[in-house]
Amino acid sequence: MASLLTFPKGGVHPPASKGLTENLAIEVMPVPDELEIILGQHIGAPCTPTVASKDAVQEGQVIGEVTKGLGVPLHAPVAGTIKALGMSGHPMRVSAPSITIQTNKEVVPAQYSRCDWQKLSKEELLAKVHGAGVIGIGGAGFPSHVKLNPPADNPVDTLILNGAECEPYITADHRQMLENAKEIVEGATVILKILGIKQCFIGIENNKPDAIKTMTEAAAAASTPEYTVVVQPLQVKYPQGSEKQLIQSITGRKVPGFALPSAVGVVVHNVSTARAIYDAVVLSKPLYEKVMTISGKGIKRPANLLVKVGTKVSDIVEYLGGVTPELSKIVMGGPMMGFAVSSLDIPVTKTTSSVLFLAEDEIDTTPHSQCIRCGWCLEACPMGLEPKEIALYVEAGRPQDTGQFGVFECFECGCCAYVCPAKRPLVQFVRLAKMKAKR
Amino acid sequence: MWTVVACLVPPLVLSVFIFGIQTLIITAVSVASCVAVEAATQKALGRRVTIGDGSAVITGMLIAFVIPPGVSPLLPVLGAVMAIAIGKHLLGGIGYNIFNPALLARAFLLATFPVAMTSAWLPPLSDMAIFSYLGTPIDAIATATPLAVLKTQGLGAFTDQFGVGANLYTNFFLGWRPGSIGETSGLLIVLGGLYLLYRGYITWHIPVTVLGTIALLSWGFGGETLFSGDPLLAVLSGGALLGAFFMANDYVTCPTNKTSQLIYGVGVGALTVLIRLKGGYPEGICYAILLMNPVSPVLDGFFKPKRFAPLQGGAK
Repeated sequence: MASLLTFPKGGVHPPASKGLTENLAIEVMPVPDELEIILGQHIGAPCTPTVASKDAVQEGQVIGEVTKGLGVPLHAPVAGTIKALGMSGHPMRVSAPSITIQTNKEVVPAQYSRCDWQKLSKEELLAKVHGAGVIGIGGAGFPSHVKLNPPADNPVDTLILNGAECEPYITADHRQMLENAKEIVEGATVILKILGIKQCFIGIENNKPDAIKTMTEAAAAASTPEYTVVVQPLQVKYPQGSEKQLIQSITGRKVPGFALPSAVGVVVHNVSTARAIYDAVVLSKPLYEKVMTISGKGIKRPANLLVKVGTKVSDIVEYLGGVTPELSKIVMGGPMMGFAVSSLDIPVTKTTSSVLFLAEDEIDTTPHSQCIRCGWCLEACPMGLEPKEIALYVEAGRPQDTGQFGVFECFECGCCAYVCPAKRPLVQFVRLAKMKAKR
Repeated sequence: MWTVVACLVPPLVLSVFIFGIQTLIITAVSVASCVAVEAATQKALGRRVTIGDGSAVITGMLIAFVIPPGVSPLLPVLGAVMAIAIGKHLLGGIGYNIFNPALLARAFLLATFPVAMTSAWLPPLSDMAIFSYLGTPIDAIATATPLAVLKTQGLGAFTDQFGVGANLYTNFFLGWRPGSIGETSGLLIVLGGLYLLYRGYITWHIPVTVLGTIALLSWGFGGETLFSGDPLLAVLSGGALLGAFFMANDYVTCPTNKTSQLIYGVGVGALTVLIRLKGGYPEGICYAILLMNPVSPVLDGFFKPKRFAPLQGGAK
């Protein structure tokens, strides 16, 4: 086994807390009566609905199209009837336009069979990825076909699959790697063919030895003289799965400022996105399902679930037996980067990787106090920023002057807030600063 | 914060056996008045009362640790007002004070009560009769600190009084010599500091540079001729160890950047030796730290962390 790689600057070691779900197989959740599909699931302009109220739709049918700019189409996750074009709850935007589908449970679920993708051209493969609505489902929601077609002046030589899953609690990618290793690796070869390159690394944090073993076997089986797929175990350190940190860990290359990874010849996809690309290309199945982790001491039955996009959190809670009396905070996403939500009436999107139901002893509700300038945030920041200065400037009413501390380089990993002894909400200060500061 | 308090308790307990119950009284008065002043100031300023965070307790202990154990218990009360009300809360509260509050209190007391602050030193007890100094007029028992003897009476008087060689170092390291609570037991101060290092609450940068600079410069310039000074004595005497482990690296008043911290530590060490050898006071680390405190933000302005990927044009 190769030595453990990691990034040199900053990072923290929060308790992994993955024990609640890491040994639970992915469970298919029965389709709920109603789904709410949010139109803006990806980075870019939201889709425009191509269906009207009372229309009948089939599973996998396009229900939303991109009319301008960056984006991918949206598909019906189930057969049913369009109930309404309205608004739904959203973890970040409070509410967002959506399509509500009434499920028709009489219809048999769609079946997909393998196609001979090897014969297809790069353009045909890209069209399949785009047509299936594949986006980066690790969290960012960046349309995958764009990443797979880097600008010609940036020659790419390396593909990295991100299986670090450094956020505590979340085990969705872990389970995908254990249960769908072959599909992920075949997805990787599809990506290699599209990019016209030979080399793929799969980065996995060393706290998932079973996934490393399974993926190594699958990678060895799939490696040919044409393609080499190598599993690279990584040191357990948050945020190991951050794109720039992952690239630096594995290749030693540093992605500059606002540049994309292709600037240093690398393309990064999440392992679950590779699985979605496999589905899209090999099975011609659009992306409308999502493996996610439901965890925390606040839910009766923690689980790794395969749900339809558009399933509401309230339906998931009901399926898992409800919440426990200890429940104190609900977070969509991981505990480090996720958003606390105030309602269960929020549908799952393609990028929702977890919903955490946290008990009092899993969160910290200590009120924050003034900065004591201990400098721990400087040590923890993987980007070499000064979170304390940004926060002090925001508090002093000068958020517009925080550009000098690199506020736009911050990707809000939360390491600074995690180490802060004064419990200061540094990420929230940064978000405020980003709204007011000039680039 | 409470860990720091815990690290200061062993030297306090030992000081009771060296100088008598007097030290405990002084410390108790100092801590109580710091906490009371903090609560009163925060109430008066309409701020949230944060006496539970332990920071006022630390300041109270440190004030008691840097004044002579024989002074009137009213002195730490005045010190507490200076440190907490003026030095801390009027400057914006915790995190916004420019100067180390405890040292500000010491400087204030030294300026206002120069006689008591430079003479009320108690000779170490030999029989552990910890109540024996109670009720005795201070003039009858007061003695001088080693550094004061060295400065005013010279090396001869110093060795006559405190011995030479290993015996001298052992007494100084364990704490049996006149001095403030905090400058007595080097051993316990170092152990407390090492524990804070081990727990990751402090880093080596400031303590090592402060003590290293004091040792080096004292060796170079502290003797009759060049390079004949006694570096070990320099580190063990005065408040050097307390200053290096518990005061110079105070989060609020020291720089945050590691490079700045190294320069700051050297500055504190150099000023300490300069004051000891050429200044009017026998001990210099208090003023050295106070002089370097306002330099911290300047240093941090010069030395920025290395950004992972600075944006072109975005940074000013």
